Amino acid sequence: MSETTEAPDVLAWTCPLPLRDQPRVVMGHGGGGALSAELVRDVFAPAYGGPALSAMGDSATVELGGARLAFSTDSFVVRPLFFPGGSIGHLAVNGTVNDLAMSGARPAFLSCGFILEEGVETEVVRRVAEALGEAARTAGVEVATGDTKVVEAGHGDGVFINTSGIGLVPPGVDLRPQRVVPGDVVIVSGPIGVHGVAVLSVREGLEFGVEIESDCAALAGLVETMLAVTEDLHVLRDPTRGGLAAALNEIAAASGTGVVVRERAVPVPAPVANACAVLGLDPMYVANEGKLVAFVPRPHADAVLAAMRAHPLGREAAVIGEAVADHPGMVVARTGLGGTRVVDLPLGEQLPRIC
Amino acid sequence: MKYIEEFQDPALAERLLGEIRAAVTRPWALMEVCGGQTHTIIRHGIDQLLPDEVELIHGPGCPVCVTPLEVIDKALEIASRPGVIFCSFGDMLRVPGTGRDLFQVRGEGGDVRVVYSPLDALRIARRNPGRQVVFFGIGFETTAPPNAMTVYQARRLGIPNFSLLVSHVRVPPAIEAIMRSPNCRVQGFLAAGHVCSVMGTGEYPGLAARHRVPIVVTGFEPLDILEGVRRTVLQLERGEHSVENAYPRAVRPEGNPAARAMLDDVFEVTDRAWRGIGVIPDSGWRLSPRYREYDAEHRFQVTGIDTREPAACRSGEVLQGLLKPHECEAFGTVCTPRSPLGATMVSSEGACAAYYLYRRLDLPSAASRPLEGSPVV
Amino acid sequence: MCLAVPGRVLDVEDRDGTRMATVDFGGVVKEVCLEYLPDLRVGEYAVVHVGFALQRLDEESARRTLELFENLGLLQEEFGDPDEPDGPDGPEASDRSPEEARR
Repeated sequence: MSETTEAPDVLAWTCPLPLRDQPRVVMGHGGGGALSAELVRDVFAPAYGGPALSAMGDSATVELGGARLAFSTDSFVVRPLFFPGGSIGHLAVNGTVNDLAMSGARPAFLSCGFILEEGVETEVVRRVAEALGEAARTAGVEVATGDTKVVEAGHGDGVFINTSGIGLVPPGVDLRPQRVVPGDVVIVSGPIGVHGVAVLSVREGLEFGVEIESDCAALAGLVETMLAVTEDLHVLRDPTRGGLAAALNEIAAASGTGVVVRERAVPVPAPVANACAVLGLDPMYVANEGKLVAFVPRPHADAVLAAMRAHPLGREAAVIGEAVADHPGMVVARTGLGGTRVVDLPLGEQLPRIC
Repeated sequence: MKYIEEFQDPALAERLLGEIRAAVTRPWALMEVCGGQTHTIIRHGIDQLLPDEVELIHGPGCPVCVTPLEVIDKALEIASRPGVIFCSFGDMLRVPGTGRDLFQVRGEGGDVRVVYSPLDALRIARRNPGRQVVFFGIGFETTAPPNAMTVYQARRLGIPNFSLLVSHVRVPPAIEAIMRSPNCRVQGFLAAGHVCSVMGTGEYPGLAARHRVPIVVTGFEPLDILEGVRRTVLQLERGEHSVENAYPRAVRPEGNPAARAMLDDVFEVTDRAWRGIGVIPDSGWRLSPRYREYDAEHRFQVTGIDTREPAACRSGEVLQGLLKPHECEAFGTVCTPRSPLGATMVSSEGACAAYYLYRRLDLPSAASRPLEGSPVV
Repeated sequence: MCLAVPGRVLDVEDRDGTRMATVDFGGVVKEVCLEYLPDLRVGEYAVVHVGFALQRLDEESARRTLELFENLGLLQEEFGDPDEPDGPDGPEASDRSPEEARR
């Protein structure tokens, strides 16, 4: 079957598998993990990267006419379009609003571009648009401009949406991973993995019944509550694709600190844990759409946690770990049994496994 | 979940660990055969909690890892054909064949779908009568009965556009081959609990007696693993070599008679190549001639495949327990989950991937990023 | 191999001549094939792998195993030297640990 050659000389050896430089885009390139990061680093940044892009945040903070603006864009390709607890319309608003909120901004205006597949029912488009409008009103943002394109049947997946948004960053607020220092307390705003499991539960081929709904929500209000306690939060992230693991890894890598997570302290609802057990997934890697993770200076941690718990979207907020000087750039979990494991950046999309 | 949480209790784990520490007087090398057990061990950091004398060697029990390159190349070829819907368990998509994987076939326009259950593939075949639907039937004795059910049902329900690409493997011949290997260091086995849920325990007493090696049927939760280790160590310390069942809640001596009958009907035993190890006599199943018309290899007549295994991959030695993943020169440098050389790095259950994900922290090799001080607060 | 999880049968039905069940995995509900455990009844637990129930979970065995873990260490104190030899190797596996066998 296989050819085995003489003893391998690893230094002279080049990878015979073209997986490192894939000739075509695979799904993992959009998964928010290592493949996505490489695409940005190797293709996009060299082509058009500038000072604002190089910060690689969920949104960019730019100065314009004396104002500090947060500016962000996101595209939404979710299947199915409607899922327990939300829809692509809700995601399109909340995703961009949350990206802005993570830089401490008060989101103000959104743009909205629809890419529709020929043949999709106008009733479906109407329902998506209504959901989008409802979400915008709830989040307190105005859709200020829009665009529509139609692609031939078979060239889209019903409805794709891109939204961009801008918001004002209040003076004194400076949220970026580079500000994280050892000793910072890591707080998550509530139970993780809910959105990802809700969407998986209605995906073709995996269908399962579960009494949970997506946590899809706009977090700008929660962030405002936290900033009212202290402007001196260090960094916020909404752990969407790639889950909590990806968010913590990005912060660890950009800040140069290590992160330790106490696994037992991470709130995972039983249905999420059990769905993950059935499918062979790890809740730390499952997407969230209405949660944030905060790195807070230790002296403010108790007050920030209390303020979060007083807010409807932070009632189950919990301290899950801390930033440390050891193992810079690496996220480590202490397991329930007292062992340790490295929590790595996910590779690409999460796949159900049999083994 | 009932039957899971109770078996993860830290206080009871500490009791079991205390018993193991008290029992062990010298070094022992145990092999957990099943990749699911490897996953539990690394995921919970169990190997770090065991006394230094107890070494766990990760066995060849990941069906994704041991599926031969030739079969993967056949899968890639069939999945690339127009009109084919190729269905697979999720783990197989990332396994490298010669030069590409199923993800790339999908990127090139192939219709590759992930299913949870083999019956989902059969359902897809019924819904798409004009397409050829192929299911990639890999796995050990646990997965073989579900896969066997698809061809049985395809015939019973008259679903002519369904076929199975079969590469099943069996545990006992692999244990036999490991014990016969001249470099074998394994002194005791944790046998795979769910394989025994299907097959029972009758295949193991002969092995234990022939090779004078304790075999303890072991479950998958942390306490199950510790109990398997404890019983194996107790036997070794006493100089015994019997078969014990440490997973009685899910394993009966006779296994599952209905599933075994189906296996006998649908499959026949054959020699099988294990990736990284080589051909092991009688270690696999193929479709019996009675089901030949549902055999994808027969239906698609794939020929002219030129398989080439990456030369630097030492997964064979890893799978045989001769090499720890991090002792391989390529580990974590040219070979990572992102760019795997071999199957052991691909499946989340593969020994190399498990090491890469969870253990880099305290590995001295080039795999770990620069570390300072102690790993954990 | 073999990611298999325990689930509880909620209901059983015949579909296309195949015995199927709705199975609850702690709040997650999936369709599961019962062809290999046709006498599994509502309320019982089974180990489920890729949508198939493969073996009934035995509550009594689970309880005994946990009880054994609870009593570890205590037994040793009570019975002294644990290095007393086990019974002869039988043709079938023993699911009783040395501690249990002594009781």
